[in-house]
Amino acid sequence: MSIPLNILFWIVVIPGTVVLGLIASWIVRKVSALVQWRVGPPLLQPLYDIMKLMGKEILVPQDAQQTVFIAAPLVGLAGILLLSIMLWRIAIVQTAFLGDIIVAIYLMTLPSLALILGSSASASPHASLGTAREMKLVMGYELSLVLAFIVVIIKTGGQISLAAIAQQAPVLSISGFLAFLVALLCIQAKLGFVPFDIAEAETELGSGVLMEYSGALLAVWKLAQAVMLVGLPLFLVMVFLGGFGTAGLSLVWGIGKYVLILVLLILIKNTNPRVRIDQAMKFFWFYCGITLVIAIILAMIGYYSGISWL
Amino acid sequence: MSWKIWSLKKSPWVFHVNAGACNNCDIEIVNLLTPKFDVERFGIKLVGSPRHADALLVTGVGTRQAAIRLREVYRQTPKPCVVFCIGACACGTGIFEGGYHVAGPIDKIIREVDPNAIIAYVPGCPPKPEAMISGVVKALSAI
Repeated sequence: MSIPLNILFWIVVIPGTVVLGLIASWIVRKVSALVQWRVGPPLLQPLYDIMKLMGKEILVPQDAQQTVFIAAPLVGLAGILLLSIMLWRIAIVQTAFLGDIIVAIYLMTLPSLALILGSSASASPHASLGTAREMKLVMGYELSLVLAFIVVIIKTGGQISLAAIAQQAPVLSISGFLAFLVALLCIQAKLGFVPFDIAEAETELGSGVLMEYSGALLAVWKLAQAVMLVGLPLFLVMVFLGGFGTAGLSLVWGIGKYVLILVLLILIKNTNPRVRIDQAMKFFWFYCGITLVIAIILAMIGYYSGISWL
Repeated sequence: MSWKIWSLKKSPWVFHVNAGACNNCDIEIVNLLTPKFDVERFGIKLVGSPRHADALLVTGVGTRQAAIRLREVYRQTPKPCVVFCIGACACGTGIFEGGYHVAGPIDKIIREVDPNAIIAYVPGCPPKPEAMISGVVKALSAI
């Protein structure tokens, strides 16, 4: 890649990711509206929301641990932006380093971790309930997510570089498909979408973990959630669906795969009621765990006997 | 008009406060948020915390117990914000005028905290959802 193009990449990548995130969050709201037979918000609605929140007063609770409370949203946004930039670099510039899938798993945890820190620093009883639920949820889905990536690593013959994994499409085998389904549900929980919006429960906890945030800090959280809508489905496309091309037809095909995952997430969101935290943990540890153990056994059999569809 | 006010008009998030209402206005507010009226077209969204809100939809007469909480909720709302008095009781205590439990109409309670609060009135017993949308539009265009 030539040097001017490289500079252009670094200038465009962060604003571009944020703009894509705002468009994705508009798609979420618009498709939800269409499912409910409504008209839905205009295209610029997420931008209006962010602008309005930026202009409002910031209130910090009297008993809050101020430094953590203010730093947490910035850490969350930084983590998810870093993940997106890593993925864009692998997709567009084709530069990767060995073991970047492990770095990506850690970066994906960072927004949830920042959310836990920020809400527990806010000294609000509702937010502390939300924090407890978010912690249990993270413990629930992280195990399944890592197991699902282990299936992918076995399927691709021990590759731990995202660029090499993105050359293949593990979803076209039985074990890879099972792992993809589980990973999709884990991403659903990571995004805080229904049925796993237990920590943010608007109706019973009054938006739980985000309860005490107002003004520009809330805007940063909303931006982080918008960027998560770009980063996390893109990561699934890279790991399971055979990557994201940049030239001609493969670009259209890549966008198609991304939109497919986004619409699947929205449809799951709109057709399910919220589960309780114990149901969510039982779901991720018991049902998803057993599915993934079967998937790992199938993948091992396939790997050692050379059957690629297992 | 500054960009702050302009964007506030584009996405007013509302928080619902019941200050001793008979539940009739509350049902009409819930009715307002159903797919039939689809207020998300105008960016209006119901939020769960006063810290996220730009507008407080207050129903009820403002009883002595509720008045303390209402003042607290108003202080917790980041400014600029608008207070909507929904229904006859909230606008002027209605049939409860002079009752032993009444701490005054909503505007009196709010003005004790902030004399310059922006207050809009939507009368009716209960007001129709169409009347509430009209009230929100009129109040926001008057800012």
